[in-house]
Amino acid sequence: MDEILEILTNDARITPEEIAKLTGKSVDAIKKAIKQYEKEGVIVKYKTLINKDLVKDANSFVRALIEVSVAPQKDVGFEYLAERIYSFPEVTSCYLVSGTYDLLVIVEGENIQTVANFIASKLSPMENVRGTTTHFLLKKYKEDGHILKKAAQGKRLNISY
Amino acid sequence: MNKNLNISKKVEQLAPSGIRAFFDLVLGMKEVISLGVGEPDFVTPWHIREEAIYALEKGYTSYTSNKGMIELRKEIARFLERRFGLSYDPENEILVTIGVSEAVDLAMRTILNPGEKVLIPQPSYVSYGPTVDLAGGKPVFLETDIKSGFKITAKQIDRAFTPGTKALMINYPANPTGTSYNKEQLRDIARVVLKRNMFVISDEVYDELTYDFDHTPMASFKGMKKHVIYLNGFSKAYAMTGFRIGWAAGPANVIAGMTKIHQYTIMCVPTISQMAAVEALKNSFKDVLDMKREYMRRRRFIVNALNEMGLDCHNPEGAFYVLPSIKSTGKSSMQFSQELLERKKVAVVPGTAFGKSMEGHVRMSYASSYENLKEAMARIKSYLGK
Repeated sequence: MDEILEILTNDARITPEEIAKLTGKSVDAIKKAIKQYEKEGVIVKYKTLINKDLVKDANSFVRALIEVSVAPQKDVGFEYLAERIYSFPEVTSCYLVSGTYDLLVIVEGENIQTVANFIASKLSPMENVRGTTTHFLLKKYKEDGHILKKAAQGKRLNISY
Repeated sequence: MNKNLNISKKVEQLAPSGIRAFFDLVLGMKEVISLGVGEPDFVTPWHIREEAIYALEKGYTSYTSNKGMIELRKEIARFLERRFGLSYDPENEILVTIGVSEAVDLAMRTILNPGEKVLIPQPSYVSYGPTVDLAGGKPVFLETDIKSGFKITAKQIDRAFTPGTKALMINYPANPTGTSYNKEQLRDIARVVLKRNMFVISDEVYDELTYDFDHTPMASFKGMKKHVIYLNGFSKAYAMTGFRIGWAAGPANVIAGMTKIHQYTIMCVPTISQMAAVEALKNSFKDVLDMKREYMRRRRFIVNALNEMGLDCHNPEGAFYVLPSIKSTGKSSMQFSQELLERKKVAVVPGTAFGKSMEGHVRMSYASSYENLKEAMARIKSYLGK
C-alpha cells in the first residue's frame, strides 16, 4: 500500500505538511495524491474510532452479527439481495462470505427488541432469504486492528546506551 | 583504609563517571520525554511472546547445550544462508550468547594476548574499549567526525595498523551514529583486513535497520570468513532486548574458544529466550519490515527538524540514532543535556559517553513514537530560544 495511505489509516488528522516531512515528498505532491485518492474513492471517508462503552451519555445500543443464507438469483447473483439488505440504515456492515452461509450482516439497534424486530419483520421475510442465525455481541475487545483496552505503559528505562 | 579489600586497579579505572550521574538524574525524573533510549519502542511481537509463554507452560526450564539449542543454531545458519548466502556450520561455527554484549567480551578474551591491539572507530558503543581493556588488550581509537558522516575509511585502518594489532572492531549500522557502509566501502575495508591479516569483530546487530541500501555482512566478502567474528542478535530487529539473546558466528577455532569461556561463565542462554528466538527467525519477516518503514519515517522527520533549528545533523544510513552537533550553542554536551533535561524534560545522551572526541554532540534516539518526537523537537526548539 502507498505510504500516504498507510499513514492516513493510522491517523486521519495528520496534515499534508507532516506527511511530507515523514515521506520526504513535497507538500504539493502529497496534497495532489490525497485529492486523487478521494476522487477515485480509494479514500472513502475520514472517521474517528470511538469506544462507545466509555461514552457516558451515549444511547445504549446492541449489535448483532447475522448469518444470512440466500438463494442466489439468475443474472444478478447475490448483488440484488445484498443491496436490498444493506440499504437499511440499521445495517452497519454487509459482507458476502464463503462457507456455510452467504451474507454476514452487522446490525445495530437501541436494544434487543429493535434488532429482533428488524430481523423478524424485514430481513427474514425477504424473498430468497432462506434462513438467518443471529449472534448478539457481548463485548468488543479489538476493532479494526485497535485493541480497545488502554494499552499498558511502556516499561523501558528512560535512558540506556 | 584496608588495602587488601580494594577492588582491582583495572576495574577501578574503567570509565565512566560523569555520565553515570547524569543517567541517575534522568532515571530519577518523572514525565520525561526520552530520546535517550538505546532500544526499540516496539514491544516484542506477540507471536514471539506467545511462543515464550508456551515454552514456559511446556516446562522448557532446564539447561540447554552450552552452545545453545541445536534447533536455534540451525535456524541461525538457515537465516544466514537464506538472507545473505553465507554458509556456517551450526555444529561448530555458531554460538548463542547473552546478547551481542556477551559475544563482544568473549571475542576479545578469546583472541587477545596481553598487550595486543584492537582498532576501534570512534565514536563507538560504550563496551568495546572496556572489554578490550579487561581482556588485557589495548584499544586504539580511530577518530571520525560528522563531516565524513562518522565513517571510518580503509586508509585510516591501514595507517593505524602496527605490529601487534590483532583485530578491527566494527559496528554497522552503528550506535551512537546510525552510520552504515555500502558494499563498496566495506569491500575496501575488507581488503585492508586481508592485507594486514587480522581479525574483524563485526557487530551487525542493527543490520535489519538499514535504510538506503542493502546491508552487506563483513563475512560475505571473498576470503573474509576466516577473519570475521560475526555478531548479531535479536534485540533490535525483533524488539527483544529484555530476552537477552544474540549469537556469534565465526571460524571453528574461535567459536570453540569463545564457547570455553561461555561455558565457565554463563553455562547457557536462558532456554525460554532461545525458544522465543527460534520463533522470531521462523516467522518474523513482516514485523521486521513494518518496524523498518516506521523508523525510516521518523528518521526523515528528526534529521530535518534538527537541521532546521540549526543543530547540524548528518543523515544516518541505519539504526535509530542521530548524533547532531550542538557546537552552535556554545555549550558542552553535558551542559546541553542537563539543561535540556531540567528545563524542558527531554532526555538525550551526551556524546562524550561514546568517546572524548564527541564533545559537542549529543545522541538522540528516534525509537520513540512520532507524537513524542514531535513534542521533543518543539521543546528543544524552545530551549534554543527559536
